[in-house]
Amino acid sequence: MTGAYGPLARKEDARFIRGLGNFIDDIALPGMLHGAILRSPLAHARIVSVDASAARAHPAVVAVLTGDDLAERGMAWMPTVFGDVQAVLATDKVRFQGQEVAFVVATDRYAARDALELIAVDYEPLPPLMDALTALDPGAPVVREDLPGGNRIFDWSAGDKAATDAAFDAADVVVGCDMIYPRSHPAPLETCGAIADYEPVGGRLTLWVTSQAPHAHRVLYAAITGLPEHKIRVVSPDLGGGFGAKVPVYPGYLCAIAASMATGRPVKWVEDRSENLMSTTFARDYHMHGEIAATADGEILALRARVLADHGAFNAAAQPSKFPAGFFHIFTGSYQLRAAYCEVTGVFTNKAPGGVAYSCSFRITEAVYLVERLTDMLARELGMDPAELRMRNLLRPEQFPYTGPTGWQYDSGDYPRALRLALDMAGYDELRREQAERRARGEYMGIGLSFFTEGVGAGPRGQMDILGLAMVDGADLRVHPTGKAVLAISVQTQGQGHETTFAQLVANELGISPDDVDVVHGDTDRTPFGLGTYGSRSTPVSGAAAVVAATRVRERARLVAAAMLEVAADDLEWLDGKWRVRGDPDLGFGIAEIAQAAHSALELPAGVEGHLDASAVYNPPNLTFPFGAYICVTDVDPGTGEVRVRRFIAVDDCGVRINPMIVEGQVHRGLADGIGIALMQSIVFDETGNCLSGSFMDYLLPTSLECPSPELGETVTPSPHHPVGAKGIGESATVGSPAAVVNSVVDALAPFGVVHADMPLTPGNVWRTIQGRPVRTDLSLS
Amino acid sequence: MKITVTVNGTDYARVVEPRLLLIHFLRDELRLTGSHWGCDTSNCGACVVWLDETPVKSCTVLAVMVDGRRVTTVEGLPRGGVLDPVQEAFAACHGLQCGFCTPGMIMTARWLLDQNPDPSPGEVREAISGQVCRCTGYENIVRSVLWAAKHHDRAGGDGA
Repeated sequence: MTGAYGPLARKEDARFIRGLGNFIDDIALPGMLHGAILRSPLAHARIVSVDASAARAHPAVVAVLTGDDLAERGMAWMPTVFGDVQAVLATDKVRFQGQEVAFVVATDRYAARDALELIAVDYEPLPPLMDALTALDPGAPVVREDLPGGNRIFDWSAGDKAATDAAFDAADVVVGCDMIYPRSHPAPLETCGAIADYEPVGGRLTLWVTSQAPHAHRVLYAAITGLPEHKIRVVSPDLGGGFGAKVPVYPGYLCAIAASMATGRPVKWVEDRSENLMSTTFARDYHMHGEIAATADGEILALRARVLADHGAFNAAAQPSKFPAGFFHIFTGSYQLRAAYCEVTGVFTNKAPGGVAYSCSFRITEAVYLVERLTDMLARELGMDPAELRMRNLLRPEQFPYTGPTGWQYDSGDYPRALRLALDMAGYDELRREQAERRARGEYMGIGLSFFTEGVGAGPRGQMDILGLAMVDGADLRVHPTGKAVLAISVQTQGQGHETTFAQLVANELGISPDDVDVVHGDTDRTPFGLGTYGSRSTPVSGAAAVVAATRVRERARLVAAAMLEVAADDLEWLDGKWRVRGDPDLGFGIAEIAQAAHSALELPAGVEGHLDASAVYNPPNLTFPFGAYICVTDVDPGTGEVRVRRFIAVDDCGVRINPMIVEGQVHRGLADGIGIALMQSIVFDETGNCLSGSFMDYLLPTSLECPSPELGETVTPSPHHPVGAKGIGESATVGSPAAVVNSVVDALAPFGVVHADMPLTPGNVWRTIQGRPVRTDLSLS
Repeated sequence: MKITVTVNGTDYARVVEPRLLLIHFLRDELRLTGSHWGCDTSNCGACVVWLDETPVKSCTVLAVMVDGRRVTTVEGLPRGGVLDPVQEAFAACHGLQCGFCTPGMIMTARWLLDQNPDPSPGEVREAISGQVCRCTGYENIVRSVLWAAKHHDRAGGDGA
């Protein structure tokens, strides 16, 4: 049944094209005050004193909160989504540049900023720990004296070490490499912010907040503030992008809440861009050593990886709690392996906390990069074409469902078909011929492949949770007497078009128009509980809940229709959007007629109390596993090191496509991410702890001139366990594309003997690589 | 300081601080929240409006600098309640996702088509290259502008 699926123009666009979106900073409440955060200029320092008296005396200032003020409320520290704690306002010391130290509340946003200048903080500087590789050295500065483990957060491993080592020992060829996945930042165009409105009389808090997970946020706000959860309403308005950056709870949100509780007035806090880049969640920051083992004729045998994960000053990684390295251990990629093993050590440094976030499917991005770089290196070592090596080792369709060596069961796939399609679309053989001709002329053209498998849609109850909350989502579907429907969902669009896609899901099940389904989201008072949107989980989990609720409505409608037609329910069949009498299909009713009857005085059969409304809570039986084959063609100027992405061919298989237009848009976005992450986006620090990437002049994002016109292809391998066979697409291209870009650039540089170059492949880094003088790209330590 | 400015055809007289940015004047004083603030450093272009007939990044223009001049924002683009073809185009071609960059992109696109009614894809890319979109990879924005160029005489749609 796919009647309502297809490239439908989006319902949300009507407001956005008119400038009538409702983003956090668009909201103004009567009497609203404006907050601003004083941040630490130092990466590591003991706080000797904070003197806010001059700021408090500023005529426009209504309140100033310091760490001590929050401590009196028990709000100086908050739990992170990964079970650590994080300072809301620093009390003992500051642990990264940009850390929150004090919060000023004033009558306008400019005055609040002015008053920040009036706060005197006496810092006693401490040596900062900026290089994760030295975090575990004896004598390294200790970031977290409040914890017993020094700078070590965790040691974690997955896979079978003995079997992996044995496979390596027996291999003809072993290739290994150190590689950095540099610290990056999702940088949604809208920064983070909140408006807290605490009503002292009723003890009720309303928080408008840039949150991808309003229900999970509410649980945390209740825990931190001590307010009962039913007295807290979290509203997530239109979000100007998120990409994971709007999953965590940030200190600014808590400051706004505390300030509203202190002043009895609504308080708005919206961060500026520097605050966004320097203090809200980062992504990646993995120092990896990977090895791949193979036979001489190109059969991949095993993989192993050792990772040092830089988590910054607090462990605030937004991922399922039982997985300290996220889903990195789906690092066996898309290939048949005999064994695999990985070890990950997480460490604290004096950098901003966070981690995972940025359309990465909980670290599968890092894993895909590792395995796809290693595969290319292996191809080079063996003298094989990288496409041929991949084709030889890809899992075959008949192997699904496939349980990989680290325990994940891939649901479905036809990998060779996707790779063949990508190669055909690219004209791969012709590209290789062109490359040879250009090389003969001294021109450096690269062709880079990547093949990726994601695991998305977290996740099955019992296998994964966040802070004890199962990763299941609810959906409530009401059908009004006229057959118009309202679907309330727990997940939160940041541009993915839920108002349209979810309407299509319901419409398809009920045989009505998507125009007749309104989707309510982003308000905990109006929607059922669920864990929100990240890890490409909206369609796999919440979308499934919507479909289950809709099928319940349809089954109830069947009973009502049977009463209307005075036949047995078993005599009815759902055909072309109506319950029809078997053998007499002209006799039947659609949802609108049945809804009318369900609300009428018609005597209803047993099992129907009245109305058609239904709800569902969906517990996914497994992750879904989208996959794809990408090919990136680049031209590199050896004189300047500049990389131009000439073509990007992307074949994605995300199962059944509900709205192909939206799916393609999401792929476009992720390909731009791949270009940005591979070529320019990285958060860099100097050795004294200064963040050197605190603005869009320093943290470069790809523009229309760097992004080519993508060439998209699709295959459809439905997920066998999702109600409509969909798998999720929101992160695929971000996961899969960086490896293709880097493989392409390294391929272009092969004549120089280059076998690897770390991201970001800026002109400077490429040029130095060509000169044989590559530098570390994660720190300005060269 | 006292300023008088015509915004979307309406005259406003206001007393403002000399340091007030145009984007904040539009958003906070006039409550025209269609233009967005995104970066502070005039890199992202979410704040693009027209000063007289020229697109400017209103985060780096002071409100006092527009005294006696005309400002047009996305809210002022429809004529007689009818959407501009560029607005229609963004909806028709999926030229937006989160919608945050959209008003600025639309203002630049309209200006481009006024200067160059039949631009090439490369000219469109050049025109929007001072603005950032984090959702579309720009491809569907380019398609939207080209669609609008083709449908320049179209008027009267409701856009979605």
